[in-house]
Amino acid sequence: MLQKETGPGGGEIVQTWTESAPRNAPPASISASLRTWLPVTAATAICLGIHWAISTTEPPAETRSYFVFLFSVLGISLLLALAQISWPSLRRWMRRMGPIFAAALLIMGGWEIITSGLRWLPLPYFPSPAGVLQSLINDRALLFDSTWHSLILLLGGYALGVIAGLISGICIGWSSPVRYWGMPVLKIVGPIPATAWIPLAMVVSPSAVFSAAALIALAVWFPVTMLTASGISNTRASYLDVARTLGAGRAYLIFRVAIPAAIPSIFIGLFMGLGASFLTLVVAETVGVKSGLGWYVSWAQGWAEYGKVFAALIIMAAFFSTIMTVLFKVRDRVLVWQKGMIRW
Amino acid sequence: MVTFAATEASSLRVREVRKSFPAPDDPLTRRLALDAVSVSLAPGELVSLVGPSGCGKSTLLRLIAGLDFPDSGELLIGSEPITGPNAERGLVFQDPNLFPWLTVRRNIQAGLVARGVLQENRHEVDEFMRLVGLDGFANAYPHHLSGGMAQRVALARALINHPRVLLLDEPLGALDAFTRMRMQDEVLRLWQARRTTMLLVTHDIDEAIYMSDRILIMTQRPGRIDRMIPIELERPRDRSSGEFLQLRGEILELLHFAGSAVVESRS
Repeated sequence: MLQKETGPGGGEIVQTWTESAPRNAPPASISASLRTWLPVTAATAICLGIHWAISTTEPPAETRSYFVFLFSVLGISLLLALAQISWPSLRRWMRRMGPIFAAALLIMGGWEIITSGLRWLPLPYFPSPAGVLQSLINDRALLFDSTWHSLILLLGGYALGVIAGLISGICIGWSSPVRYWGMPVLKIVGPIPATAWIPLAMVVSPSAVFSAAALIALAVWFPVTMLTASGISNTRASYLDVARTLGAGRAYLIFRVAIPAAIPSIFIGLFMGLGASFLTLVVAETVGVKSGLGWYVSWAQGWAEYGKVFAALIIMAAFFSTIMTVLFKVRDRVLVWQKGMIRW
Repeated sequence: MVTFAATEASSLRVREVRKSFPAPDDPLTRRLALDAVSVSLAPGELVSLVGPSGCGKSTLLRLIAGLDFPDSGELLIGSEPITGPNAERGLVFQDPNLFPWLTVRRNIQAGLVARGVLQENRHEVDEFMRLVGLDGFANAYPHHLSGGMAQRVALARALINHPRVLLLDEPLGALDAFTRMRMQDEVLRLWQARRTTMLLVTHDIDEAIYMSDRILIMTQRPGRIDRMIPIELERPRDRSSGEFLQLRGEILELLHFAGSAVVESRS
C-alpha cells in the first residue's frame, strides 16, 4: 500500500509496512508468553543439568565460569520473558529467534556430552564448551588485541580494494577504449586467487602487514570491478536517453544515472569481495603477519591449546558476521528504493 | 500557473530527412527507415503521427530529440539546426522510464538538477507536481505508482524544463482505456495552458482525432509522410459526435488505401 508523504526521506514509508504486519497480536496471555520464550529457558536449564552432571570431571575454574555463564543466560531469558509481556516488538523478535537460540544452546549441551561427558572425541583437540569459555576468558587481552589488528588490516585492505574496484569498474563500464584495454587484464589477472600471490608479495613488499593489506585489496578489487563494470555497462539505454533529453551532461549521466542504476550490481560485488577479503585476511595472517586472529589460531595450534583455537574461531564467526551484517544494513539503506520491488 | 507564450522559436521543421540502419540479418547492407520525410509544425501546434508499426515514427522522434542523426536532410527548431539532445526538446516514451532510485519529487526535478538550475527554480517543482495532480506523492518511489501516475510524473519531468517542443512517443499506449481517456484530457489541458508545440506518435486513431490539430499518416517502411489531415472540430471534442465518427471512418478508409496495417496493429 502506498503511504502519502510519510516523511522527508521516505524511510518512514518502509517502517509503516513492518509496523502494520497483521500478526502483531494484542498483549498475549501468560501461557502464550510462556510458549514464546520457554524453549530458550528450557534449553538453558537442560545445559545446566548436563553441566552439573558432568562437572565433576572438569577443572574447577572452568566449571565455575561455565556455571556463571549458563546462569546469566538463564537470568536474561527469564528477564526477557517478563519484558516481552508489555513490549510487542520484543515479543515478535523473540518468537522468531527463540527456536534458534534454543537449538544453539542444545547443541552446546550435546557438545559437552560428547566431549567431557562421554569422551568420544580425542583430547586435547576437542575441548568442552567450559574449556573453550575458560580459554576465552583467560586470553581475552590477546584475543581482543588480535581482533583489533585483524579489523584494522581488513578494513584498510577492503577500503583500498573497494575504492580501486569502483574506479576501475566505472571506467571499464563507461568508456569503450578503457574496456578494450582493461577487460583482458581483468579477465587474466582477476581470477588468480589473491593468496597465490603471497610468495611474491613477501619478496616485494617492505612489510608483511603492508603486503597483506595489498593482497586483501587485490582480492576485493576483482569482484568489485567486475560487477561495477557490468552494472554500469548494462544501464538501460532509455534512462540515458531520457537524461540527455532533460539536458544532462556527461557528469550527470555517469554519477546520477549510470552509477545509481549499477548500485544493485555493485553491492553483489561488495559482498563477494568481503567474502574474499575474509579468506585472504586469515591466510595472510597465518603465513606472514605476526598479529591478528589468523595468526592467533596458528600460534595456539603450535602450543596445542585447542581451547584457544576454538575461542578464536568463535570470535572470528562473531567478527565476520557482524561486518557482513553491517554491509547488509548499508545495502538496505542505500537500496531502499528497491523495497517491495524485489525479494531480498 | 506557469505560462509560456508560443513564439516562432518553438516551430519545428523537418526537411527531406533520410535515415537508414544496418540490416539486422546482414550488417553490410543498410535499410532505409525514413525516406525524405518532411514535417512542419507551427508554434503551439499539436500534431499526431499515425502509421503502421515499424514505419519509423519513433526513429523520426529520436532524430528530432537529437538522440540520433539523419543520413541527410535538415532538422530545425525555430531557425537553429538540431545538433544533439537538448532540454528544449522534451521526450516522453510509452514506458515512463522514471529513475527507480529517485522519489517522485526527485524524478520531476531531475531536469533542473541536470541543468544546474535547481536552486533558482525549486518553487516550480511543487507547481508541476500540483499541475499533474501528484502533490501527495512527493516521497513515493516509482514502483509504487500506477501506470497513469508514473506517466504523469514523466510528463511533469519533461515539462519542468519548459521545452519548446514536446515529443510524445505513444505516451498513453500502455494504459487501460479509461486511464487513457483521462490522460488525453490531462495532456490537452497542459497543452492549452502552456502552448507547447507537441508531436504525438500514436496507434490510436480516436486519440489522434480527439487531440490533434492535424494528423500525419506515415507509410509502411521506409517511412514517408503519406497524407496530412487537418482536424477542424471544435474543442473540447465529443468522441461520439457524428462529425467525429465520420472523420474516423474517412481516416480508416484512407489508411486502408495507404495499404497500411494501422487498424490491425492497434491491439
